[in-house]
Amino acid sequence: MNQPVIKVEDLWKIYQLGEVQVEALRGVSFEIEEGEFVAVMGPSGSGKSTLLNILGCLDRPTRGRYFLDGQEVSQLNENQLAQIRNQKIGFVFQTFNLLPRLTALQNVELPLIYAGVPSQKRKEQAIKSLEAVGLEDRVHHYPNQLSGGQQQRVAIARALVNNPSIILADEPTGNLDTRSSEEIMYILQGLNREGKTIILVTHERDIASHTRRILHFRDGQLVDDEIVEQPLEAGEILKELREEKVVESL
Amino acid sequence: MNLSETLHSAISSILSNKLRSFLTMLGIIIGVAAVIAMISLGEGTTEEIVGQIGSLGSNQITVIPGRSRGMPGMPVASRGGNMLEWEHYLQLRDFTFPGIKNIIVENTTSFPITYGRESVRGRVVGTTPQYPEVRNFKVDIGRFFDQRELDNAERVIVLGRTIAQDLFPSPEEALGKKIRVGRITATVIGVMEEKSTGIQDLGEQVFIPLTTMQKRLTGSKYIQSMTIQTETEENLDSVAQFLETFFLNRLKDPEKFSIINQQDILDTINQVTGTMTLFLTAITGISLLVGGIGIMNIMLVSVTERTREIGLRKAIGARPFDILIQFVIESSLLSALGGLIGIVLGIVGSQVISKFTSYPAIISVEAIIIAFSISVGIGLFFGIYPARRASQLDPIVALRYE
Repeated sequence: MNQPVIKVEDLWKIYQLGEVQVEALRGVSFEIEEGEFVAVMGPSGSGKSTLLNILGCLDRPTRGRYFLDGQEVSQLNENQLAQIRNQKIGFVFQTFNLLPRLTALQNVELPLIYAGVPSQKRKEQAIKSLEAVGLEDRVHHYPNQLSGGQQQRVAIARALVNNPSIILADEPTGNLDTRSSEEIMYILQGLNREGKTIILVTHERDIASHTRRILHFRDGQLVDDEIVEQPLEAGEILKELREEKVVESL
Repeated sequence: MNLSETLHSAISSILSNKLRSFLTMLGIIIGVAAVIAMISLGEGTTEEIVGQIGSLGSNQITVIPGRSRGMPGMPVASRGGNMLEWEHYLQLRDFTFPGIKNIIVENTTSFPITYGRESVRGRVVGTTPQYPEVRNFKVDIGRFFDQRELDNAERVIVLGRTIAQDLFPSPEEALGKKIRVGRITATVIGVMEEKSTGIQDLGEQVFIPLTTMQKRLTGSKYIQSMTIQTETEENLDSVAQFLETFFLNRLKDPEKFSIINQQDILDTINQVTGTMTLFLTAITGISLLVGGIGIMNIMLVSVTERTREIGLRKAIGARPFDILIQFVIESSLLSALGGLIGIVLGIVGSQVISKFTSYPAIISVEAIIIAFSISVGIGLFFGIYPARRASQLDPIVALRYE
């Protein structure tokens, strides 16, 4: 039971851009235990997106090994990777990536469709997932009828619906205002408290400070593994924001 | 991802852009509608022509003087002059070649036909008593003339329905009346049934014994055509061969007569319509090809537009195959829908054309099945390339696509 959810060993990713070789990752190793809430930080070009793609099984490392739930996934073929993405990983994107022609419920159901879950069960699970992010009253809304924060919550529900081993969030608050950002962080913190392993890529210190561990990247290498002693509580911040609003309106 | 999910997703995608979907389908719609309408009208017309030939009696061989020119079996007689004589008929009749059932002679001349003050111009046919049987053209009132009346060249006449109605208040009153045909006066002994070949009204003819015509009306010993009816279809070839020898022996020159096998005519018609159908099918094939390219074009646009969607689907677990199927189903559905609309349009169209032009239309189930399968096939074929492109998109690139 004590095996890490994620274990990477000496991970290298080298791109060939014309004549030039770009080393996006240069020998990265770390472990993430079940139930952790980790932020990956770094300037652009630091290799954090490449790392996220590899962790999300969207890409394969040039060298090195990646164990997800004890299973080595670095050399799986495309179909096997698709299955891993479907079963073990929940994605949350900066731009939400909801399908505009589908309702919130249908969007959340999508991963289950590819998992081959029968329609009735799919619906139940999707509704449960939407309840977990507090959108039980927006089930039949289309994305364009929802606010940015709500759309991102639908996306989180979609990431949750397959009960994945990890949730990968790529700048989930990048397109949101402070208040919506805190709402999203509040949900993520809640999920983490329930035991979900969450990895969040961000370049905002404020956001990263909501997590309990920060991996700092620079030039394709892990330069610092920081433990956050006192994570920010999104719940507290939201309360303050609400009080500010009340003061303003007085 | 199962089929019903894929179908569902394809339908919603098609419905989400109705105008574009319709325009995409238009090529297929027009192609399929054209093929259905063409085949329906073509088959209807062929059937009618064949039916008309059949309605003039079956298992027939016609002998005419002179050389028949043009396409094989098409009776375009040259002015070969008068070579066939009454004597030939009598010899042939007495020969009793096996397989020959009936022989009739037909001479047609136009004469004024008069009763009292009423006068019409009609085609006077001098023939033999077996005419009704061979031509499948019955007497309605009274009777046809018999052998005795032929032998004696009696002045009797059988009227076509239209002529009887023109000359008398009702066809029944014509019986027993004396009417004038050219120089002679003849007694009406019968009125034919109503009949038309579709091209001409057979009621505008009157029938008299050939001998009467030759001796009393035209004074000519020659005959214009002789029609031999065989017992069965199998006899046609042997009888035709026999006739060839028979007339060659008597006339000494193959240029002086022509033997036209009814089967040859039918074969020719079938051959001509078969070629026409092939031709039309080829043209329709081209239009369906164009329709298919239209579908491919739109599917490529659709793949580009939905790059992010494809990336997202892949990120959450769609295999390349799932994406491939999604797009192939979408294009097949599009073309199948086009095919269905085309079929409905083709059926309605052929009925409308049939109504306004009197060309008969026969809706061919075969044509419908083939047209539909082809349209689905086109969607499959032209959908595969765009679908493969979609399935091979790199999810990382696709997700970042703007």
